[in-house]
Amino acid sequence: MLYRENGQFKTSYRADQQIFPIVQDRIAIALLLVVAAVVIPWTAPEYLFRAILIPFLILSLAALGLNILVGYCGQISLGTGAFMAVGAYAAYNFTVRIQGMPLIVALLLGGVCATAIGVLFGIPSLRIKGLYLAVATLAAQFFTDWAFLRIKWFTNDSLSGSVNVGGLQVFGWPIDTPVQKYLFCLAFVVVFALLAKNLVRGHLGREWMAIRDMDVAAEVIGIRPVYAKLTAFAVSSFIVGVAGGLWGFVHLGSWEPAAFSIDRSFQLLFMVIIGGLGSIMGSFFGAAFIVVLPIILDNLPYWFDVPIDTALASHLTFMIFGALIVFFLIVEPHGIARLWSTGKEKLRLWPFPH
Amino acid sequence: MSLVAASTAAPAAPAVEGAPEAAVATLARRGIGEVVLEVKDISLAFGGVKALTDISFDVREHEIRAIIGPNGAGKSSMLNCINGVYQPQKGSISLRGRTFAHMNPRQVAEMGVARTFQSLALFKGMSVLDNIMAGRNLKMKTNLFQQAIRWGAAEREETANRRVVEGIIDFLEIQAYRKTPVGKMPYGLQKRVDLGRALAMEPQVLLLDEPMAGMNVEEKQDMSRFILDVNDEFGTTIVLIEHDMSVVMDLSDRVVVLDYGKKIGDGTPAEVRHNPEVIRAYLGTAH
Amino acid sequence: MGAFLETLIGGLMAGMLYSLIALGFVLIFKASGVFNFAQGAMVLFAALAMARFAQWVPQVIGVQDKLLANAIAFVGALALMIVLAWLIERLVLGRLVNQEGITLLMATLGITYFLDGFGQTLFGSDIYKLDVGMPKDPLFMFQNVFQGGILVSKEDLYAAVIAAALVAVLSLFFQKTATGRALRAVADDHQAAQSIGIPLSRIWVIVWSVAGFVALVAGIIWGSKLGVQFSLGLVALKALPVVILGGLTSVPGAIIGGLIIGVGEKLSEVYVGPMFGGGIEIWFAYVLALLFLLVRPQGLFGEKIIDRV
Repeated sequence: MLYRENGQFKTSYRADQQIFPIVQDRIAIALLLVVAAVVIPWTAPEYLFRAILIPFLILSLAALGLNILVGYCGQISLGTGAFMAVGAYAAYNFTVRIQGMPLIVALLLGGVCATAIGVLFGIPSLRIKGLYLAVATLAAQFFTDWAFLRIKWFTNDSLSGSVNVGGLQVFGWPIDTPVQKYLFCLAFVVVFALLAKNLVRGHLGREWMAIRDMDVAAEVIGIRPVYAKLTAFAVSSFIVGVAGGLWGFVHLGSWEPAAFSIDRSFQLLFMVIIGGLGSIMGSFFGAAFIVVLPIILDNLPYWFDVPIDTALASHLTFMIFGALIVFFLIVEPHGIARLWSTGKEKLRLWPFPH
Repeated sequence: MSLVAASTAAPAAPAVEGAPEAAVATLARRGIGEVVLEVKDISLAFGGVKALTDISFDVREHEIRAIIGPNGAGKSSMLNCINGVYQPQKGSISLRGRTFAHMNPRQVAEMGVARTFQSLALFKGMSVLDNIMAGRNLKMKTNLFQQAIRWGAAEREETANRRVVEGIIDFLEIQAYRKTPVGKMPYGLQKRVDLGRALAMEPQVLLLDEPMAGMNVEEKQDMSRFILDVNDEFGTTIVLIEHDMSVVMDLSDRVVVLDYGKKIGDGTPAEVRHNPEVIRAYLGTAH
Repeated sequence: MGAFLETLIGGLMAGMLYSLIALGFVLIFKASGVFNFAQGAMVLFAALAMARFAQWVPQVIGVQDKLLANAIAFVGALALMIVLAWLIERLVLGRLVNQEGITLLMATLGITYFLDGFGQTLFGSDIYKLDVGMPKDPLFMFQNVFQGGILVSKEDLYAAVIAAALVAVLSLFFQKTATGRALRAVADDHQAAQSIGIPLSRIWVIVWSVAGFVALVAGIIWGSKLGVQFSLGLVALKALPVVILGGLTSVPGAIIGGLIIGVGEKLSEVYVGPMFGGGIEIWFAYVLALLFLLVRPQGLFGEKIIDRV
């Protein structure tokens, strides 16, 4: 009843092609943005920003990037952590070695470097797919693990092996308090989500999906697999690289290569699978799920007064993750995003059964 | 509406060496022009299996050319060679006078050749609209950055191409299904989407691989109507693989018959029907 | 020269250990077309089971004789792996019949995480000693030829022999027995195999049990050498490049691939490593696999991958 599209006739293709063609959706998104940009900064406790909101925003950005590669273009990648690392370390080097480098420019340049590496390690996708490609991307992961650990130049010859950044500011406004950091990340996420959505609903997005679904037929209608796959790697790595920069600069402040290890790669892949492959919204669902779940599991014993030691809690987290992955793959391979859209379908009919 | 300007005046009957009177008369009546696709001495083998041996035939502009033959005769392989999906070991293919021995599918697509597939090959993860829009790929020129911003050039291009695709959707009478994921559609309608995607390329030559397979009588009538309309209104040259003899006899101007990878017949439907080789291939010989 | 040979032999031995783990990969892939990312986790799980059972048997049942206690523990661990195989087939594989490879791969990723957590929940997360009576003392070979002789670990030598025996048995199994043929049919095409009456679920339980057995042997050998700890799972990840090199469908390929990786790693670390600041071992195997993937994706002995229209 609330969600009916009745009476919403589109009189132009342009109107039909919008991101949110249904009025109720537009209202919902507007409300969400208002809550995110205005309500939360005023009301949420500091802990919420640091522990949940900021990691959620940055990881959903990374998941968004990965979803473009895996979900839309069908190229599996287990080396996402590597591209985040490249973005972070490159941005660091630009900041440290070039006087007066603006923060946003450094982050974007970090993304560009990640793009270069991403395209390089994406070249194997032209010849191999599936699990073979997965192993190739692992090469990227381990190589960058080593490179940022051993090649002193990357860490500006830091003695401890870790790097740190401080005193972030944009046009004179400091990015210091959790609220400021949150708003900074929110801005990035909103802009990138919009750009990504535009790409996937345009003809490049269709090229990616065509390659994913049936690459021989795609060639026959004139799509160049090389261009499609490499642009997928490029766009994906750029977004992931920027996310990596944000993770290092804004969330961590100081980091070592272990922050971007293979566990991070798996974590992002899980976000994309659980959230929904081939769905922009799904990336957000997945990130929310994976950021919030360990916190719930950690706190659950206290809510129920059942003491579990932290080691056991972390083992249980692993088990639940693994079980959920398998569960989603069996029951709803399209993830939470599909559950969400099925729910909306039901909502359109509600309160009628059919 | 017409995607490709159709020739209105029937040109003078082209010189066809050695062709019988009936063939020449047919060609003249239908406004069929010069040779647009020529296949010369194509041989294709997979390991030890010879799929095609020394196949030569031509296809004239605006005609409907059928390729028929028993199962396994090599018909789909022939289409795959024209398309660039398979590379023949021997022989050449000429498109509008340009000869090429090895082409990749994209180059062939750029030259204006589109095709449908026997086993559909639709993009299952996309809707009907998106599948056909995918066929507009070669016509869409905006770059990555323009598309990311969307506002301006990319939006205009998307709308313009949407308009063309909607025309095709109207033509194929699948308006009600435009937002449906193709995997959920009935088989006959999926075949139309396949055709639509090929039409979206505004092809000069359309290769149809068993477009009527698995259809009932009504669906076949619909599909025949579409094929004739495409040929009539848009002037598209059509090369058609088909098993249903009545369809072949009714629709096509000329027929090529293959058997075990070799050409055993070439001419109008009437000529081919009476060819003893062809009859033997389909019915077998009495021992 | 002596040092070179030592490094070489050390590499061969390490390679043999990788091969043991890779064998499990190849088995499952050959028989079900599934790329079992969880093989490493299975090795760790099996090793944990063995280590803990070996501790508990004397305490709980009172058997004091080392050999007997280990034997009982081995049987127990093996039984556990078979139950695990059955559960994986029932709960996961059976429900994902005929999904694409990528889905199955991600499912095995999920199994990996689950097994990691489960193993540590059941057996604890300390480092456990595993003592199956493998000799720890070194062997000095060729003492007449090289001064001081070449140091070879007896333990590694035993491991190599066991691995070679396993390979021989498994190769025979696949080539010569009816079950082996059925397994290869299933790997080719699940639906087709089902349609000619091959009992898919039973086959899969068999395969995963055998892979579990191989994982157990590998886990025991590795665990005996390194102690059973969480990082064992990461070492097992190294087996992926091994199967890429050797070919995913080749049992002897797993051995050759393992040897190449083992030797390559050690040699490159010693002779090339210092130029780059060391630690090359992290990525050498993977980059080598990457190069192979670009040039010869099916590996040295695998079947060529053909894409049909």
